[in-house]
Amino acid sequence: MQLFPCPFCGPRNESEFHFGGDAGNLRPEGFRDVTDGQWTAYLHERNNLRGPANEIWMHMTCGEVFSMERDTVHHGVAQAIALANGGGDDGMAH
Amino acid sequence: MTRRYSAVSLFKEGLNAQKGWQKAWRSPEPKPRYDILIIGGGGHGLATAYYLAKNHNIRNIAVIERGWLGGGNTGRNTTVVRSNYFFPESTALYEMALRLYETLGRDLNYNIMLSQRGIITLAHSEAEMEMAARTVNAMQINGTDAELFDVDDVRGVLPLINLSPEARYPVFGGVWQGRAGTARHDAVAWGYARAADRLGVDIIQSCEVGEFLVEGGRCRGVKTSRGEIRADRVAMVVAGNSSHLAAKAGFRLPITSYALQACVSEPIKPALDTVVLSPATGTYASQSDKGELVIGGGLDRVPSYGQRGNLPVLEHVVSGLLEMFPSFRQLRLMRQWAGIVDVTPDSSPILGESPLPGLFMNCGWGTGGFKAIPAGGTLLAHLLATGKHHDVSRPFDLDRFARGRLIDEAAGSGIAH
Repeated sequence: MQLFPCPFCGPRNESEFHFGGDAGNLRPEGFRDVTDGQWTAYLHERNNLRGPANEIWMHMTCGEVFSMERDTVHHGVAQAIALANGGGDDGMAH
Repeated sequence: MTRRYSAVSLFKEGLNAQKGWQKAWRSPEPKPRYDILIIGGGGHGLATAYYLAKNHNIRNIAVIERGWLGGGNTGRNTTVVRSNYFFPESTALYEMALRLYETLGRDLNYNIMLSQRGIITLAHSEAEMEMAARTVNAMQINGTDAELFDVDDVRGVLPLINLSPEARYPVFGGVWQGRAGTARHDAVAWGYARAADRLGVDIIQSCEVGEFLVEGGRCRGVKTSRGEIRADRVAMVVAGNSSHLAAKAGFRLPITSYALQACVSEPIKPALDTVVLSPATGTYASQSDKGELVIGGGLDRVPSYGQRGNLPVLEHVVSGLLEMFPSFRQLRLMRQWAGIVDVTPDSSPILGESPLPGLFMNCGWGTGGFKAIPAGGTLLAHLLATGKHHDVSRPFDLDRFARGRLIDEAAGSGIAH
């Protein structure tokens, strides 16, 4: 069982977390100006990086949504940052 | 020298102390140029090469593989073949594969140990029985074999299953496909490799792709760890690395990669002579010819390129199996492994030309790539040889994500995506 760091609760079991996709995948703004290609990229295309990746996760137990920098090959977590206050404590014991 | 496998050649080599067998395929040096270059020496890549040579008479082909043949997902699956899908597009695709599997041993002169022992997809409630009836209807309309099983039918094929109404997941019936079954996964890769090699295909292992050669906006080949290899058309058939390679070619794909785990028990006498799949418990199992129970389940919930898998999902899968088969509690697990699968938003594969002209793709099979190998090879070979889609592959082009024509087979895959 891997522990992921919730910025609010601290280290918790991986099964309490839900993957939310790439960090920075922002909804295209401007209804008429958004092309099919932009919608496709936003809705479907993914970075799906092999190695260090910056992702959005949710801690389902407390509802905290945060960004986590994680290596997708060896699963090491570099940092976890709360989105609520624009960043902050990474929830890991130092 | 003995090239062809038969009862007579087995007998002759037995008398000859097995000295006359040839290597199943050569290990040639890469040539600087081919008509068609296939990246990825798994089942789909090797099948593509074989059908290009056999169906389209194109012989100047290379298959390059970073590791060894069939060392990726082809060697990491649970060997099930079936075509019990819901949508007409999917049934056409997987039924093409199953039909080719039925004659593949003879076609390749290689025993792929196909065993059409049937698959039962269990329904654990009245509501699931209604969905099972709907699935059976869809499969029959789409032209594949399907039967709706009641509890007595299930007892007939699964004598050891717990059919008590008090079971945590009581069995109401299920969907039966009698032509489904299993095949020896390594033999599929090796059989295609040997047959393709005999038709002149160069199979080059330990050859890693560096960068794509792009000239005039077209893919013209790749730089590899064994030098530049140029080709008129290039195909990437690299399940588990599709996004990684696409990034090198300058585009993104609608793919997220997850580990999919499986495990085997210690070998026992024959106890389970069909494939059983329970979507409710997230478990499926069959018994190998060696006697091991081969157990699989759903995806890990953490996107990953680590070919190991995680404990929570493994616990879930094993507990689901033991709920259904209490007698399997005595068994010990021998080993566990994971493959990296490319999951698309609609759980259907991507077959077609990539955003980089001249580069074609076969990827996104999710948890179901093994059963599709003969069709994936046939269809990609058709694309590469003619430059045009086969009728069966057209709905699976990458453009479906921009056009909104998704083929949402999350249910047909049988296990949650």
